[in-house]
Amino acid sequence: MKLQRIKAITKKELIQIWRDPFSLAMAFLMPVILLFIYGYAITFDIDKISTVVFDMDKSSLSRELVNQFHESGYFRVNSYVESYKAIDPYLDSGRARVAIVIPEDFSKNIQKGYAAQVEVLIDGSDSNTATIAQGYALAITEGFSRRIRGTPVTPLIDSRSRVWYNNELKSRNFIIPGLIAIIMSVIIALLTSLTIAREWDRGTMEQLISTPVKTPELILGKLIPYFLIGFADTILTILMSTLLFHVPLRGSVTLLLVLSGVFLFGGLSFGILISITGRTQLAASQAALITSFLPAFMLSGFLFSISNMPKPLQIVTYFIPARYFVTILKGIFLKGSTLTVLLPEALLLSLFAVLIFVAANRKFRKRIE
Amino acid sequence: MEKIMNENSTAVNVLNLRRTFGEFVAVDNISLHVGRGEIFGFLGPNGAGKSTTIRMLCGLLMPTGGAGTVGGFDINKESESIKQIIGYMSQKFSLYDDLTVEENIDFFGGIYNVPKERKTARKEWALEMAGLKEERKTLTRTLATGFKQRLALGCAILHEPSIIFLDEPTSGVDPISRRNFWNLIGEMSAAGTTVFVTTHYMDEADYCDRLALIYRGKIIAEGTPTELRKKYMTRDVLEVDIDKVVDALDILLHNGIDAAIFGSVLHVIVEDVQTGNARISEVLEASGITVKAIEKIVPSLEDVFVTLIEVS
Repeated sequence: MKLQRIKAITKKELIQIWRDPFSLAMAFLMPVILLFIYGYAITFDIDKISTVVFDMDKSSLSRELVNQFHESGYFRVNSYVESYKAIDPYLDSGRARVAIVIPEDFSKNIQKGYAAQVEVLIDGSDSNTATIAQGYALAITEGFSRRIRGTPVTPLIDSRSRVWYNNELKSRNFIIPGLIAIIMSVIIALLTSLTIAREWDRGTMEQLISTPVKTPELILGKLIPYFLIGFADTILTILMSTLLFHVPLRGSVTLLLVLSGVFLFGGLSFGILISITGRTQLAASQAALITSFLPAFMLSGFLFSISNMPKPLQIVTYFIPARYFVTILKGIFLKGSTLTVLLPEALLLSLFAVLIFVAANRKFRKRIE
Repeated sequence: MEKIMNENSTAVNVLNLRRTFGEFVAVDNISLHVGRGEIFGFLGPNGAGKSTTIRMLCGLLMPTGGAGTVGGFDINKESESIKQIIGYMSQKFSLYDDLTVEENIDFFGGIYNVPKERKTARKEWALEMAGLKEERKTLTRTLATGFKQRLALGCAILHEPSIIFLDEPTSGVDPISRRNFWNLIGEMSAAGTTVFVTTHYMDEADYCDRLALIYRGKIIAEGTPTELRKKYMTRDVLEVDIDKVVDALDILLHNGIDAAIFGSVLHVIVEDVQTGNARISEVLEASGITVKAIEKIVPSLEDVFVTLIEVS
């Protein structure tokens, strides 16, 4: 292997990227835009659920209960109605997702020491929101009844849960680190998928393969510039995560960067492998998009927990390098995980990177087929 | 490597080289011998198999059959060694048009591993040769075809290879640039470099030391330009000056007289000058075409090839 040749190819690629506005935009603008859009759009947090109230009791107690719902922050009481029938249009049209119905005898029952009932109607068409709203409603009414009873009762079992790693339970903290893996998977596969195919398309490859250049020199020379770009993108997205989205970065930044480098190397090799196989730019870029984005998005554990997947699908996830990177990112960001903890992921990620690089080298032929 | 080349006067030697693409036979058992320092012209119409042959010799395309060596290396087994000693310029322009002239030269200098101390000298040489000294910072995309071809040649031989393969280097280039290009090839050959060049311009054949004519995948003639003229041009060529060349050609061919258009005149091939002359005048005047002049000429190689192709 001759360093001079690798350097020549790397320099040439950098000049070409620099002169091509499309490549430049894809390299630096796309990750920022994607992180921005997805960072704000994907959220599982539920608050200010629009709520309609039908208060038949109209007592100070019933007003206090409604107030409790409102002040919790999870519900926003924005309308009152005077009949059951009037609730329907609110839920039907989606103007309200929850309806609270307080019966006439609500305060009377409480004062007599009987159990009072409150009806909570929840729009179940979004089951995720419905379940969470149900939980909140239960917690609020329980708290309320405990408070008005005056004397605090000691429950038989006092379960106090503490949430670790993401104690505010912000879904953004959970999503953003994984999102970095998804965005990087797509960007680097797209960037490199064009690099070999473009030379075949333009006819420059015929000249290149008539020279003494060796396959690993060619592939490394093409990989290095995109590695630099990918690394810059990684730093950019990490900065955005911490500064813009306030995701805590608890672990070692060095470890994060090193393992990102391993992931980049594998992802770039994958893009090059696609580029070699695809031959034309169009075929290669489409293949890159489909094979990088979908598996990384669906099967990496980024959004959908792998342990909840059917067994066969779980096995498939082991062959998706993004899976390991998502675990690594979430671990280092939220748990401050060290290499000892992440060793299996780090090793598998490295193994994949090397295997794909070797495959790309073997697939490339210095011949016109 | 140099040693092998010096001891051996053969640059290219192939026997029964064959390449098929499915049913189609692109190159049909050809045998070639090119001596060191020769300008070897590989002529033939488009689609005759020239590029396929040159690609096999450069190690870019695997032969379907046959054996041979380039610079002493086996074309079937040592294609990567061949790539060390050759320079190749493909038919399609193959430099990076989004790079400047200088960046292209630097790139190929790096790829060919030109030693550091020779790099600047070779770059200046290439710029000088291509006539692009003032345009070194110009994007290659904006150059005229003639300059692009010279730059491509310069890049392909930055590492001073002992054998150069040029595939249709003058195609699409204006006549003056073509002549300049052939002068360059002559200079390199004089310096000891073997030049294997394909062209479909028959008039370029006279620039070559030796020639092979390929047609439909087969070599139909081989030799020096003089040999070819003597050997294959047994009949005489008459140049006929007339007004309506196209009509005249139709009439002559219709009467079984062998003729072809050469610019504004007709070349007619005859067995005997006297009787041929009389017959041409008779046939044309009968159709009302006035013959301005008929003259016996030395056959060009183009005449030779037209005849040969008609025979096969």
